[in-house]
Amino acid sequence: MSMRKRARCPARAAALSVLALFATEAASQTAADTRLDVGKPVTEADLGAYFSIPPSGTGLPPGHGSAQVGAAIFQERCAACHGEKLQGNMAPGIGADRLIGGRGSLASDNPIKTTESYWPYATTLFDYVKRAMPFDAPGSLTDDQVYAVVAYILSEGHVIKPDETLDAASLPKVQMPNRDGFIPDPRPELSLYR
Amino acid sequence: MPIQPAPPRPTEDETCPCRDGMFATRGADRRRFLFAAGSGVAALSAGRALAEDGAPAGARHFDVPEDPTKEQGRAVGADGGYGSCSQFETTKRVRYPTPNENTSWSLTPLAGLVGNLTPSGLHFERHHGGIPTIDPGRHSLVVHGLVGTPKRFGMDDLRRLPSVTRKHFIECSGNGLTEWKKPTLKTVQGTHGLLSTSEWTGVLFSTLAREVGLREGGTWVLAEGADAAMMTRSIPLEKLLRDGIIAYGQNGEAIRPEQGYPVRLLLPGYEGNTHIKWLRRLEVSDKPFMTREETSKYTDLMADGRARQFTLDMDAKSVITFPSGDMRLPGPGIYNITGFAWSGRGRVQSVDVSLDAGKTWYPAHLGSTPEPMCTVRFAFPWTWDGTPAVLQSRCVDETGYVQPTRQQLLAIRGDHGASASIYHLNAIQSWAVANTGEVSNVHA
Repeated sequence: MSMRKRARCPARAAALSVLALFATEAASQTAADTRLDVGKPVTEADLGAYFSIPPSGTGLPPGHGSAQVGAAIFQERCAACHGEKLQGNMAPGIGADRLIGGRGSLASDNPIKTTESYWPYATTLFDYVKRAMPFDAPGSLTDDQVYAVVAYILSEGHVIKPDETLDAASLPKVQMPNRDGFIPDPRPELSLYR
Repeated sequence: MPIQPAPPRPTEDETCPCRDGMFATRGADRRRFLFAAGSGVAALSAGRALAEDGAPAGARHFDVPEDPTKEQGRAVGADGGYGSCSQFETTKRVRYPTPNENTSWSLTPLAGLVGNLTPSGLHFERHHGGIPTIDPGRHSLVVHGLVGTPKRFGMDDLRRLPSVTRKHFIECSGNGLTEWKKPTLKTVQGTHGLLSTSEWTGVLFSTLAREVGLREGGTWVLAEGADAAMMTRSIPLEKLLRDGIIAYGQNGEAIRPEQGYPVRLLLPGYEGNTHIKWLRRLEVSDKPFMTREETSKYTDLMADGRARQFTLDMDAKSVITFPSGDMRLPGPGIYNITGFAWSGRGRVQSVDVSLDAGKTWYPAHLGSTPEPMCTVRFAFPWTWDGTPAVLQSRCVDETGYVQPTRQQLLAIRGDHGASASIYHLNAIQSWAVANTGEVSNVHA
């Protein structure tokens, strides 16, 4: 007993000082500002390394490209997988999507999904080619080359005219055939509820 | 509790001439032999065919003493400091044979699992540009867009922040896509293996949001990975604030490279592809970005030619893993039917089991207290009389949703071709047991 009594006083003192410490901490981290000040602020220049192009075209880089220029780039950098006629290739080791055709097939018994028939936004095509293509060297095309390849794919799909040039102003204005083909998730499917 | 007999010892002719560094392969007839044990332990599945080569890479072969009590075992530390599974375990993931090995997926061997968690090394994979090798010292996560102070968080920053540890499943929305038209893959690994459950550790998105300060108008957040696909998905801000986790831990250790090392997004109950791996950037916006994955890929084309978009929640589902396809019951007797149930919309409320293709249902036992957006193991002891049976399980979640039949789903979503509505198949699975004991994948 006497041992415990003796030990109690210092323990209480320590507890009080800890409480006091918490009180100070609490004062500096009130509801008004609960931030922990972790992480380093980044500048606009730092953010220049990233991109993600929404349908509005915000963030599209300078530059331009035509289908005519894109045809040559496509044959050199894309055709090995996607085919000279953009028909795709499901051979082992390849597995590349078909890019044109299939328009009007979506409600049929054999829907064919291609960039031409299914993709709702041309900006997505630019974003994806710049992001992840060519498969063997992702991100290696210049912005001019990306505009040109996108123009070529859209031209071959009869979405734009063969002589059109795409740039930051014209690309978001391209009307894809399946632009209005999407609906928000209608689930939950209420017939499946108890 | 059913008694689990010890696995039979291999007879002389079943043991192979073992090669250095290789493992015993079992005789061809052993492949389809089933131990009368309830847990799916051992050589049950057709999984067997895949396990012919023996134990997974990393397991090491050791000579088996006649009596392990009569000689010293291996020295401590002989495993190099990181253990591996026993040389007798043969459970592995298998890659689905897509044309391209970099944009492919591998399936979790559900029949070989015990308990509720998936070992990290058996977690299913889906990659869009291979598995990147990332130095955590050079990796960071940038949060910007409609925020007060755009910030970069290094891995050391993330580790300094308050963390949560929660168990959640991840399921690929393509899980079972081969099974819409006809029973196609033989095993439960093939039909349901794009499902895994882990204990995840990380920082809540809401914590990061406080550090950067959200601005008015933010409704969507782009998540971007640091892989060759720079995989991107737009995520509702509301979901991220509710329970999104910036996860760096999995099952008590760092996330595995194929699961997004050093950091991934975890969105409990959402389709797997939104849990962006190798997460490097979050951009808050007032609209979705309409990335390739959320327009041309993970959308559900209906019969009228229109496609559902942002079908993010995974509906309630269950599957029997024992007995399951390509196993064989050795004879009439007691079998402990077991499997997994889960829902992306909350907790599993109950699981029913049918032995007659859904005519009669019996409540199954849940092996643990259901947690939100997490699998639960269920069980149902069954005495097989040796006559044909069709085994099914049915999950009901806490929202009152009842796992549907395939016919119910087809009636809603249409039935028009291989590239139509292929995702989100959460139908009741049927396993037929023949009078020979052979178990097969059927549509019933």
